[in-house]
Amino acid sequence: MISTRQLAYRYPGGPELRFDDIDMAQGGVLLLRGVSGSGKSSWLALAAALLAPTSGDITVAGQSLKALGKVAGDAWRARTIGFLPQQLHLSSALSVHANLAMAQWAAGEPQDDVRITQALTALGVAELAQRKPAQLSGGQAQRVALARAVLMQPKVILTDEPTASLDDEAARQAVQLLQATATRYGATLVIATHDARVAANLDGQIGFQPLFLGRSTL
Amino acid sequence: MKTIAIAWRFLWSRPLAAGLNVLLLSLGLASLSFVLLVSHQIEKAFERDLAGIDVVVGAKGSPMQLILSGVFHLDVPTGNVPLAAVNELEKHPQVAKLIPISLGDSYRGFRIVGSTPDYLAHYSAAFAQGAVWTAPLQAVIGAQAAAQTGLKVGDRFAGSHGLGGGGDIHDQTPYLVSGVLAASGSVLDRLVLTGLDSVWQVHEKMHEGDTALDAEDKQALEEEREVTLALIQYRTPLAAVTFPRFVNTTTEMQAAAPALEITRLLNLIGVGTDVLRALAGVLLLTAGLSVFIALWSAVRERRADLALLRMLGAPPRKVAALLLCEALWLALLATLIGVLAGQGLMALLGWLLQLEKSVLIGALAWPPGLWWVPVLAVGVALLSALLPAYEAYRVPVFELLQSR
Repeated sequence: MISTRQLAYRYPGGPELRFDDIDMAQGGVLLLRGVSGSGKSSWLALAAALLAPTSGDITVAGQSLKALGKVAGDAWRARTIGFLPQQLHLSSALSVHANLAMAQWAAGEPQDDVRITQALTALGVAELAQRKPAQLSGGQAQRVALARAVLMQPKVILTDEPTASLDDEAARQAVQLLQATATRYGATLVIATHDARVAANLDGQIGFQPLFLGRSTL
Repeated sequence: MKTIAIAWRFLWSRPLAAGLNVLLLSLGLASLSFVLLVSHQIEKAFERDLAGIDVVVGAKGSPMQLILSGVFHLDVPTGNVPLAAVNELEKHPQVAKLIPISLGDSYRGFRIVGSTPDYLAHYSAAFAQGAVWTAPLQAVIGAQAAAQTGLKVGDRFAGSHGLGGGGDIHDQTPYLVSGVLAASGSVLDRLVLTGLDSVWQVHEKMHEGDTALDAEDKQALEEEREVTLALIQYRTPLAAVTFPRFVNTTTEMQAAAPALEITRLLNLIGVGTDVLRALAGVLLLTAGLSVFIALWSAVRERRADLALLRMLGAPPRKVAALLLCEALWLALLATLIGVLAGQGLMALLGWLLQLEKSVLIGALAWPPGLWWVPVLAVGVALLSALLPAYEAYRVPVFELLQSR
């Protein structure tokens, strides 16, 4: 679950960003809506314990992030947060399999080939394990990156503009894949986007909670 | 996956840059290893051949020439001295051991050295076959000379006049090989050794060829007998103070202290090795800069990839360690290649020198100074990686999240 109370962040020398309070149950979907510069990135960084709030508090998966130190934050993030960036940043020097192994390395975990294969299989890309990222199609690459995000079985999956530069059909598939994957892992899904197609394609039965950003600056 | 494995893959993800950096580092390290090995081997060779020889007495002239010709058999001698004068010196109370040496002929470029069996004993020579000479015109062949000329016990050969090749052949007075020495690495390896009287006989026969000599002439020749020089060991170290002066002032001969002359020679060579060492330093500096630029641009290029590692939970020091690890790989590879190349060049030089019948230098060696090579490699690589690693350490993860 995710909940915030009077969450605010001020960049050194910049305007203060205030965020509306939210309360999300575990397994829900949170849509972060807003135009560029409205604070989506900051909210994601706060939720990932990369930034510490200047005031207020944010609690993610039962952990208040206000009190979390930098070192503890890294370890906590490795266990709790899965992240699908807009640019996928699969390392071109490494195979698909090794890219996932590197995620385990980053988390400070021993390499677990079984788990890597499980994650790739869950996303339907197990047969691509030995390929280099350059040999993947856009859709395949996104699935691999998503497999990397859920490898550590996170409680929260953060995604940043997952439908950018996708056509309508691909965007629909991407959103459904995200939601299905989050459901399979029992993870809370956070999608930061300004793309209206995301909301349109989310499974209404499960429901989602929007958080509109950009109204409460200054 | 281990940090070193990831660093290895990252390193070779840019094969051209990695290859260039390994090459540059290796070049610097190879030159450095080579200089270190050469100075080590030459000093060792000098030390070995000089062991136990406190002073060399011979005809007046350049003292260094006397040492080079008498001890290392590299230069031509300064001249001859009367045997009688040398025999006088042997009676001097400060002289513990005196080995007379007579030069003049050679066989296929290898010097024929007339001396006493003491000379063999001085270098603790061991025989591969045969034994020491027991009569005039018998010879003992050094290991390398035997290998190159193919001489073995029972063979006969005629020396030629002069220390190079191409002099008159003394074919009236052939030598009989009585023994072949086992390889010792000392100067004996490249010599043909015989008794002093053999040398005299060969040259007296030369005169005999023209006119018959009567007993009186022979007597005269015997009185005029000469040697080229004498190697002397002192009875006490104190003799070093007085003995050379005694020789230089009271006789027609000169005394040269090898230790002094070799120090002088090594200082002369030292200028050369200093230049090479400086060159190696410049190469290493260039390599260091290249490694720095490569890692720096790698960090720039992979900024977002590194940020992603942070997002995946890697602490900053882990990301920085990845960069340092890449640099260490470069250092390791370059050390391997550099030292191997240095040893290879050294072996090549040793081979060329023995073809020239010059100083013998040993095979593989790891002088303590050579530890500087890996130390420098790691130092240069880590120093070059320091700033890039710091840059990786504080890579702003936040940039990754900025919507584009």
